[in-house]
Amino acid sequence: MARYDRAITVFSPDGHLFQVEYALEAVRKGNAAVGVRGTDNVVLGVEKKSAAKLQDSRSARKIVSLDDHVALACAGLKADARVLINRARIECQSHRLTVEDPVTVEYITRYIAGLQQKYTQSGGVRPFGLSTLIVGFDPYTGVPSLYQTDPSGTFSAWKANATGRNSNSMREFLEKNYKETSGQETVKLAIRALLEVVESGGKTIEVAVMTKEHGLRQLEEAEIDAIVAEIEAEKVAAEAAKKAPATPKET
Amino acid sequence: MKLDTSGLESAAPVWGAPSELVDGFSAAPSFEVPNTTDFDGFQKEAIQMVKPAKGTTTLAFIFKEGVMVAADSRASMGGYISSQSVKKIIEINPYMLGTMAGGAADCQFWHRNLGIKCRLHELANKRRISVTGASKLLANILYSYRGMGLSVGTMIAGWDEMGPGLYYVDSEGGRLKGMRFSVGSGSPYAYGVLDNGYRYDMSVEEAAELARRSIYHATFRDGASGGVASVYYVGPNGWKKLSGDDVGELHYKYYPVMPSTVEQEMVEVAGA
Repeated sequence: MARYDRAITVFSPDGHLFQVEYALEAVRKGNAAVGVRGTDNVVLGVEKKSAAKLQDSRSARKIVSLDDHVALACAGLKADARVLINRARIECQSHRLTVEDPVTVEYITRYIAGLQQKYTQSGGVRPFGLSTLIVGFDPYTGVPSLYQTDPSGTFSAWKANATGRNSNSMREFLEKNYKETSGQETVKLAIRALLEVVESGGKTIEVAVMTKEHGLRQLEEAEIDAIVAEIEAEKVAAEAAKKAPATPKET
Repeated sequence: MKLDTSGLESAAPVWGAPSELVDGFSAAPSFEVPNTTDFDGFQKEAIQMVKPAKGTTTLAFIFKEGVMVAADSRASMGGYISSQSVKKIIEINPYMLGTMAGGAADCQFWHRNLGIKCRLHELANKRRISVTGASKLLANILYSYRGMGLSVGTMIAGWDEMGPGLYYVDSEGGRLKGMRFSVGSGSPYAYGVLDNGYRYDMSVEEAAELARRSIYHATFRDGASGGVASVYYVGPNGWKKLSGDDVGELHYKYYPVMPSTVEQEMVEVAGA
């Protein structure tokens, strides 16, 4: 019986798992994705490659829901993402069946990360080439969370994070500008971070907001354009305020 | 814990034995099938042989203050009383109890197994498992062994984030949520007293007395129940054993013997 037990992911002499590191490279080439946690919502944003004229953009959604209260965005190999998302969706339902409770965000993140780790330690398979950003609300406490997993199978919780192309610049921006926000402010912060690395416009950004009451809501192109315009206006105003001479003091 | 399924492996696909990576669900346990002409009949006979008559009385009910759980302590093998001091209320963890009816070994083992699973759930998820979840875990396990001769009729009682919880789970794979249950050969007698005296707003003492009485009456009429009536209370801080009274003593407490006139006369004569 031909058993595929020849491992592909093996240690290098200096302790590296090169396949995992190459997978991280694949993630770095993937489209940018950002996630921001607010006090009452969580926002996911991804960079959209400009849609081909004949393509139905709705079939290529990049932010997907895993259950009513959990959503996921990822950067990296989209085909791998599909497989991982399907397994996660099954696990969400299986959890509901066996313990009659919805999953917590931490549980499903742990499951996805565990799956990614398994593929770094099995025969005949390669690691998944994607990092995920998982957002959602705890079904009991209603607390919003944001988690990130990567091809090595590690995961951790974040207040705001970015992955994919130019994630370092986005993360730097978030570190400088993050503060506790809620509602529309959180959405703006996420879009501002994306705009650092993406050409502006509703056509190149996909944004979704998750709230406890309404679950996941994908923003319309027009909405995104409006917010981008707002951000641009604020930027212009800030520039003008810097350049304008200080008002003379009354003598 | 896995049963030996090597005998069935020949049915597996030729290439790539079912790998852990692909399979989302774990395979149900199974065992080798014996070679008989009438397998169904053989199976029925085997089950009848193994199936003890669940000689016991256990009960549990939810009331305003929490859950009351009570049981007798007699183990019988046919007409022989093998023990009068069996612990039929099993402590799964500090806030959950299980009752034993049916095969003692089956109940004890699977409740301990459930306790392990509950603890692992706590460690992995940093929060206690709900009574709903725990009862479902047990019910799923028992369902996967359905038809293999397990005999378990248990109630899972506990207090979780949703308040008091009570589920009845049995070896046929059934699982019921409810406010009052009694399981065992003495349950009809216990139900009579329990259903008659039950009110939702009882105090802990009243509920304990109701539970004790119900067990006592069941042990009075059912030969397979007896020994000690144990009463446990499950509240927001976990379970607590309230009492364990010998049912013989309970009998004389509820129905004290009135000395008749004949005996009094004899006492006087002896004094003279």
